[in-house]
Amino acid sequence: MNLSLSDEQELLREAARGALSRHETVSAARDALEGAALPDLWPMAVEAGWPGLLVGEERGGAALAPFDAMLVMVECGRVLAGVPLLGHLPAAWLLDRGGWDGVEAVASGERRAAIVPAQPPGDLDPGWTWDPERGKARVPAGGETAHWVVDAPGADVLVVVGADGAVSVVEGATVQAVTRYDATRGLGHVTLDGAGTPLDVSAQDAASAWYLAQALLAAESVGAVETCLEMAVQYAKERFTFGRAIGSYQAVKHQLVEVLRLLENSRSLLYYAGWAGESGPDELPLAASAARSVAGRALDAATRINISVHGGIGATWEHDAPLFFRRAQLSRRLVGGTGGATDRVAGELLAAA
Amino acid sequence: MDLNDTPEQAEYRARVRAWLEEHRDEAPPDRPPDGDEDAYLAARRAWQGKLAEAGLAGVVWPKEVGGQGLGPIEQVTVNQEISAAGVPGILDVIGVGMLGPTIIAHGSDEQKARYLGPMLHADEVWCQLFSEPAAGSDLAGIQSRAKLGEDGSWTLNGQKVWTTNAHFASYGLLLARTDPDVPKHKGLTMFVVPMDAPGVTVRGLRQISGEAEFNEVFFDDVRLDADAVVGGVGNGWGTALTTLMYERLTIGLGSEGLGYSAERFTQPIAADPEARGNAEVRKRLGELGADFIALRFTGYRTLTALASGQIPGPESALAKVTTVNAAVAGTDLIADVIGPEALDESSEWAYAISFLPGLKSAGGTEEILRNTVGERVLGLPPEPRLDKGIPFSELRAKEREATA
Repeated sequence: MNLSLSDEQELLREAARGALSRHETVSAARDALEGAALPDLWPMAVEAGWPGLLVGEERGGAALAPFDAMLVMVECGRVLAGVPLLGHLPAAWLLDRGGWDGVEAVASGERRAAIVPAQPPGDLDPGWTWDPERGKARVPAGGETAHWVVDAPGADVLVVVGADGAVSVVEGATVQAVTRYDATRGLGHVTLDGAGTPLDVSAQDAASAWYLAQALLAAESVGAVETCLEMAVQYAKERFTFGRAIGSYQAVKHQLVEVLRLLENSRSLLYYAGWAGESGPDELPLAASAARSVAGRALDAATRINISVHGGIGATWEHDAPLFFRRAQLSRRLVGGTGGATDRVAGELLAAA
Repeated sequence: MDLNDTPEQAEYRARVRAWLEEHRDEAPPDRPPDGDEDAYLAARRAWQGKLAEAGLAGVVWPKEVGGQGLGPIEQVTVNQEISAAGVPGILDVIGVGMLGPTIIAHGSDEQKARYLGPMLHADEVWCQLFSEPAAGSDLAGIQSRAKLGEDGSWTLNGQKVWTTNAHFASYGLLLARTDPDVPKHKGLTMFVVPMDAPGVTVRGLRQISGEAEFNEVFFDDVRLDADAVVGGVGNGWGTALTTLMYERLTIGLGSEGLGYSAERFTQPIAADPEARGNAEVRKRLGELGADFIALRFTGYRTLTALASGQIPGPESALAKVTTVNAAVAGTDLIADVIGPEALDESSEWAYAISFLPGLKSAGGTEEILRNTVGERVLGLPPEPRLDKGIPFSELRAKEREATA
């Protein structure tokens, strides 16, 4: 039994934090809401080797495990960095699994990939689903539009999960870029005309890619929760009312501890998802869904409590707290939604009972 | 990240498993059969004795006091294997898990020689005499009073409450006030109290379920010898903190030991086709199930910290909060699904439903735990206190004045 981070993992995390700290990502998130272009963080990601984290070494990747990628996502989430890894990493992983010809360029980051994912069958629903309008329950097939595809704008290669978990590679698809509430998140509506090249992976691989995306989103959420908790705790120590710091009042203190409790539960589940992603594939659906579910709840609580602990100032345009709130609102509705992940936890438990 | 045993741990696990396999038939049934409580307790004592002889009790106790001198990982391994074998563990979890370690840390050589062996083998079961009717969260506010006589002996008066196992315990570890004229944390002393001493009265305390798993204990002019003091006169608070640290550890490592898990709450829903397809039921099950799964890995994280020599901090208290609240959510969901049948007094669900409201306060109330974590982990300032630096006797007078 050993859940401590390896030296390499500590280094990966520190390097990610260091690289991201050289960019004003949080103020860029606010400026982007008013139409400014987001800083292009892809060159930084390429230099750090993130695009190839989950690609084999013989194809130019780092051959690391999902948990390592999750550590990077935590750091991105901490500073609201719009690095398009959520779409790219599961896509690159599938391309590598399928022995796709151009995977070296994807691993190096020279070309960017994005997954158009679909939710694998559950205990009640035998089909692969993802709804075109709401981001849930679409019946994936060619010849239609996939909505709310994360990191699709600017992607050179789309990895599309279709009916029965069949996966195809689409280059040059029409992507309509959309911004929705959180301007840091690349989002697009993708027109699929059925002209993809089949990728030689199993439906099991396609399912793993879905759960990998759940785990990455959970990790990114954990990072945002960490920052919100730090901000709120700091303020609760500095802001005085009735002669004492507001953090001394139990009404405030207990809310902050509640955020910590949700954060610690989320962190524990990141370990589970990371372990399952590397060593326990049978448990990945449960582990990744549980991580997404609890981290989604933590994100909601942390971003709201951060605003309320700050009082009125926390609800103003100039403050950083609303940027994290915006992140939470959109994140909780993407890739099947937090609610979908929670339902999947129940489904996995029921199927195993 | 590795969830597997090291080769040494695997070898240890195999040895534990082999012993349990060989002696499984000697174990008493886990639940008391209707009626003969004495016979059941005798069987549980005998079983703890066998576990102790096999080195499966007092795993983390030092070798020189009869323990195995091993670490928490081995303790958890033993817990897991005992659970997997379907046999009961030791009877005196409080003694061996919390009070023994306190005596090991603070007791005299004579006390260690006299008490630890019989405790480990369940020849003498122990109880913890800390909480009082007017002092639970504010434990240092206890009023049980031990007065020093001219011959060096002590006379004890007062009342304790929520005392598990007091009705068959041989000894209790008791926190008493020995000096009311100093601030409240300073005038406390820890004692060993023989439960059969004249003046000790134990009364069962019935809970919501109707069962009496706790007791009230009354002390009327109970005489204690000078050598009953553990850890020195006036050092009772520091001694008590050791016990509380081990209590936290016992609770932190044992959320599944309480019998609550995602699987347990899933079973009745899986058996009900209508419920398992119901969106609201699934949402509630998914949320509480995810919480229980998180707890399992929080336990692994705690073990990782312990294995690298760190003592788990107050944050493990959060695991208790999650356990209780997820279990409340689980029993509530099951009652909604099963209906009034779940409230049949003899059902496991009615028992859990009755047990959980009290568990919210047991081992530290949720409010106190949140204060502790907020202050020690997040570094938030404490609430202003009105009892700092004031002699206990003066404080009591003020309290009486305020409520008069």
